[in-house]
Order: sequence, then structure tokens, then C-alpha cells
Amino acid sequence: MELWFSERHTPNVKLSIRVDKQLFSGKSDFQRIDVFDSPEFGRFLVLDGYMMLTEKDEFIYHEMITHVPMAVHPDVKNVLVIGGGDGGAVRELVRYDDIERIDLVDIDRMVTEVCLRYLPFTACGLNDSRVHTYFEDGLRFVRTKKNEYDLIIVDSTDPFGPGEGLFTREFYGNCYVALRDDGIMVNQHESPFYGEDALACQRAHKRIVESFPVSRVYQAHIPTYPSGHWLFGFASKKYHPLKDLNEARWNARKLACRYYTTTLHKGAFYIPAYVEELLSNVEHAD
Amino acid sequence: MKKLTQENAPIYEALVEMQNMRLVPFDVPGHKRGRGNPELTALLGEKCMNLDVNSMKCLDNLCHPVSVIRDAEKLAAEAFGAAHAFLMVGGTTSAVQSMILTVAAKGDKIILPRNVHRSVMGAMVLCGAIPVYVDPDCDDELGIALGMSREAVEKAIRANPDAKAVLVNNPTYYGICSDIKAIVDMAHKAGMMCIADEAHGTHFYFCDGLPSGAMEAGADMAAVSMHKSGGSLTQSSILLIGNAAEEGYVRQIINLTQTTSASYLLLASLDISRRNLALRGQRTFDKVRELAEYARGEVNDIGDYYAYGRELINGDSVYDFDVTKLVVNTLKTGLAGIEVYSLLRDEYDIQTEFGDLGNVLAYISIGDRVRDVERLIGALAEVRRRFGKGSAAGLMKQVYIDPVVEVSPQDAFYAECESLPIEQTAGHTCSEFVMCYPPGIPILAPGERITPQVLDYIRYAKDKGCSMTGPEDPEIRRLNVIKTVRGAH
Repeated sequence: MELWFSERHTPNVKLSIRVDKQLFSGKSDFQRIDVFDSPEFGRFLVLDGYMMLTEKDEFIYHEMITHVPMAVHPDVKNVLVIGGGDGGAVRELVRYDDIERIDLVDIDRMVTEVCLRYLPFTACGLNDSRVHTYFEDGLRFVRTKKNEYDLIIVDSTDPFGPGEGLFTREFYGNCYVALRDDGIMVNQHESPFYGEDALACQRAHKRIVESFPVSRVYQAHIPTYPSGHWLFGFASKKYHPLKDLNEARWNARKLACRYYTTTLHKGAFYIPAYVEELLSNVEHAD
Repeated sequence: MKKLTQENAPIYEALVEMQNMRLVPFDVPGHKRGRGNPELTALLGEKCMNLDVNSMKCLDNLCHPVSVIRDAEKLAAEAFGAAHAFLMVGGTTSAVQSMILTVAAKGDKIILPRNVHRSVMGAMVLCGAIPVYVDPDCDDELGIALGMSREAVEKAIRANPDAKAVLVNNPTYYGICSDIKAIVDMAHKAGMMCIADEAHGTHFYFCDGLPSGAMEAGADMAAVSMHKSGGSLTQSSILLIGNAAEEGYVRQIINLTQTTSASYLLLASLDISRRNLALRGQRTFDKVRELAEYARGEVNDIGDYYAYGRELINGDSVYDFDVTKLVVNTLKTGLAGIEVYSLLRDEYDIQTEFGDLGNVLAYISIGDRVRDVERLIGALAEVRRRFGKGSAAGLMKQVYIDPVVEVSPQDAFYAECESLPIEQTAGHTCSEFVMCYPPGIPILAPGERITPQVLDYIRYAKDKGCSMTGPEDPEIRRLNVIKTVRGAH
């Protein structure tokens, strides 16, 4: 039997993965949710037809969105994760004993329920007693917070659906207010490669630059995301992602990772020339 | 023949049937189902171009409807509780103008509030009617004109027993309603018609818990902007009449200025929207109301902003309030409404309906989603944090400027005039319109005396970035004033 899942990466490019079977299909108030098993990538989660994570390569994304800021900020106690209802980022965070509280805010309760049932490899940290889960609009949640968090991780979907509000200037501004004076915000920053994604990436960068004094971009290689080349944003009120990186401190934690190392951390901020150009074009606009 | 119900959409159904017939078009429009204009077809889609057709036997004719358009109008009349409904394709401007042209001829008086839409004044220029203004109440704190009080209308009627009609905004752009039922009764008792500009009141007819619609209040004519809260395409509108207005005469008036090539895209959108409203209006607008009330509460929690609601109701000049309108007074943030309006657009990619000196209006409608409302609230909080000055010092409020009508709008418009630098015009009679758009309410209308107060207002509004329209000189550095009146009234 030939059963393939295809995702359109552009109107003219698609990625197909052979599917063994479909485990779940449902429609929440916000999106369609599907879970498949595949021979190559293992189990994978799809929202509105877009692959969110696969068993085989999700570690790259979740390690990179978490450990990079954690190796820079010397004293993270309170973390806010917006989006990320699959639990992958939380799974990495609960490995840090000195984190006291993790607030997870996702708009879609059904995503988390489905992940708890079908994707235990990402959802396994959600039952940690430090994790507090809120199912509501991230923009609304963060608006009510002031000077509360050391780290905000914006683990959003693409900016063309329910995640749209998490790519706006008002959201980044509200995050700025919700962070403490030395807080860091890390966000899923789209891909710089294909036209439409690159525009979204550029717009997000422009808005973050306008909102935070320090704003840098770092990269990772994620095979199932469009073009495989993915960016993250590092925005902060005080710390520089390289100058304030404390390798010895982080390595002393002895957290085993499969993608992240403090050496890779440094390399990840050295981005291709065309991406530098794409981003610097909006850094000094207006 | 099958009985028509609100489930039907006769024009839409006829269009579907027409498409199934696969007619070979040797009539206009010349693009012939889009084939002759591939770029436009790529933009709008084949489906849309296929529906852009001309009047024909199976589709009826808006100038003289006898079949499907007639049926659609009957259903619309039934849905709105009117004696008859005219589908309009020239915007609510055409509906308002048809009302004025129906009730007044040259030299006839119409009693109306000053905060009428420019289309009312335009119709007066066309027909030569004379405006009699009722002083509206003003809310000095908010800087907005309220509705007409019963006493003020009564006074105007007593002073002008020869007036032909009273015009009511139901509601104003800001959602404020006068006591339309009482005004209708006063007008009728004095032998006058009562007509309503309901550009912002379409939804009143379909949701309990909102202010009363003009037809229900017994008004003789009402212009309802289906394309605003009703969900139809821009430029489509409906003119409603009660039993006292003569359908055939109103049709003649409409046909004086209405196109003979009415767009079926607009007509079908009216038909489908009327069906939606009739079948699902209550549920839909309950949701809109809820969303607007939620937003109002959240905006008020930000601090300094004041999103007003039903607490304004005073039983007279604010007889009722349309809670779907999210009007936010911005003065306490130290920013003019127009400044917040511009910041929302330039910094946050949020387009609101309008900003005036003290307020910004976010239009909440059947198309809104909670997450978009969250963006608006988040952005307002950010505007206050980043740009707020924390005090209203130095901000000017909208004040009501009592207009002095020296000659009729028509006489003024056609009078011999001269162009003067604006600062030299005080004391002269204006011969053109000056307005902020939106909301499109004239600051000066033809025939009104220019006062220093009006000039201050224009200067300030221009400084704050209001878009000013109307005069021949688009920069409004000069104004046309009357030299001598050619043929006094």
C-alpha cells in the first residue's frame, strides 16, 4: 500500500513522507490535528496540514529553543512557554533543577491532550509539579504580566493561522513588559529560504529589533521543516548571546544533548551572508 | 408558484441558474465572463467574473424590477419590517440622497442634526432644500456630539412648522441613538415625515437587546448600510420605506441618479446577506455584542483609555447606545484619537475605522475573531506604554460649533465665489464642504459662515494628521467663499 503524507512547502515544492498509519484525526476550535506513524520519521504531529514535529528530528528544535538561552542567563527561575502545547520545550526545561516555575500557555487544549496520548516522547515533562498549564490566547496571557519572567520561549506555529498574533509587535512589546530587567525572549523564527517564509522571518525580526535592545538570530538544521534551514530569535534586555555565554557553567550541569553543545551554540549565531542581508535590511529601517 | 421565504435568495438563485444555462454572451459587459481581461480575472477569480453580468430576462432589471429583484426586495422588506425595500448599488450615499430628494424640493426645510453625513448636504445642494439644525447635546469630557434631545426637536418643529421632514441618525457613527420613536411621533403630529440615516444601524433589525430600528419606530424612510454591519459588498445598500411613502415615486427618484447597469455582484451580496441576517442575525450579533463587551472591559482595564458603553444613556440625547461599537476615548493617555489611529496602523498593522480628536473607533462585526481583538487590545496597551504622555494637557477636544446658515447649500454651492487664503476667510460665507474623513461629517458646509473657531479647529485637526477633504484646494490652504449670491432664495 502506498500512503504518503505531503506538505506543500511552496506552491511549487512539497515534501512527502511515507505513512504507515494514521493514529488520530480531529478538529479543535482552532485547527485540524492529525497524528501519523511513518517508517522514516516515526510518529509525527500535523496541524492544519503542516508538520509540527516528528519523533526523529524534534530533538533539534526543542534543544535549540531551550538550551541556548539557558546557557546565557545565569539564573533562570521563572519561565513562560507560549505555544508549545506538545510539551517538547517543557521536557527540556524540567531538566534544570534550579528552575522554579514553568507556565505553559497554549491556545489549543486539544493539541496537548493529543500529545499526552500519542506523543509521550515530547509530552513527558508536562506532569512535572513545576509546570502550570493554561489554555488561552498567548497574547492575552502575556498582556497581564509585568516583570515576572526570566525567560520567555515563543514556540509558535507559522504566522499564517492561530499563531499569527505571536508574530506581532504588540506581542513582543507585551513580552518585553512581562520579562524581568535581565530577561530573555527566544522565538521560533521561521526559515529564511523560501520567499513567503523569508518575508515572515524578516517581518518578525523587524518587530523584535524594534522591541528589544539586543536582538540576534541563530540557526539550526531541521530536516522536516521547509528548506531544512531554520532560524530562532534571541532577544534580550541585557545579555548578549555570545559574550554572556558561560560554557563552563552550562557544561558543569552535565545535561546530555544530541544536538546542542556550547561549541555549536557559538557557531549557530554565524549565519549565511544572504540571511544577514535579509535581516540587516530591516534593522535600521524608518 | 412556490411561496418565497427568508430561506430564499432569489437573485443568487437566478444567477446560479443563469450559469447552468451556459449562455453565449453577445451583450455587455465586454470582458465576456472575464475572458477579455485575464489580468483582472487572475485578480478576482473566474467565479467572480462569471457573475459580473448585465440585466437580462432571467435576472430582472433594477430600474424596473418585476421578477427576481422584485422578489428579493419583497423579502428584504419583510426582513426589515418595512412596506417596501429598494436594493441600492450606489452606496448608502445614494439611499440617503434618495430620501432627501423624496421628501424635499427647492426651498423646503428639513430639520436635522448638524452631525449628518456629507451625503445629506450633497442632496440639499442638488435639490435646494434648506437645513434647519437642531443643537445636539455634547459630552464635553469625551468631545463627541450626542443625539438630539426631544425638547430640541420639539423646539425646531415649533419654530419651523412648514418643514417637510425630520432626519435622525440612528445611530451616530459613535453608536449613539436619539429617542427615535418620540421624534417620529412629534414629526407625524406636525405633518412632517421622519427619515433615518441608519448607515450604522443595519444590525438593529436582527438582534434583540440592541437599539430599535427606524422602521419599527414608525419612521417613513430609512437608509441602511448593508455593507457595514450587514456583511454585503462595499457600495451595496438598502433603502426602506414605510406605508406613508409612495413606492412608485421613490423608485422614480432613485432612477434619476442610479446606474442602469447595476452590478449583480452587489445585488447578490445584498440578497445573501439579507438571508443570513434574517436566518442567523440574532445568534451572530449576540456574538458580536459579546466580543465588543469583552473588548470594552479589557480596554478599560489597560488604564487611561475609556471605552464607553451603556453608562452614557441618559434617557434623552443618549436614548440608547449600540454596544457593538467599540469607541475608545484616548485623551487621558495624552494622545489624540487620530494619533492612536495612526500608531495602530503604522506600528502595529491594525486598521481601525477612524480616529477623531479624542476618540478612536474599532469596528467590531460579524467577521471578527477573538484573536484579532486580542491583538487590538495588546496594541492599545503598547501604544499607551510607548507613546502615552499620561495627561491630556495640550489636547483639543471636539467642540460643537453652532453653524450659522446664511444661504441655502444649493445657492452657496452655485454662487459666484472667490478663493481666499484660509486665514483670511473668517466672517465670509463658505461655498464648499470641509470635512474630516472619516467620519465624513462636515465641519463647514456650503452656505455657512466661517468663524475663527472653525478655523482653529481645521488647523488643529490638520496638525494632528486628520485627513481633510472637500475643498477644491486639497491642501486646504485656501477656501472658496461667496462673492455675491446669484438668485437669492
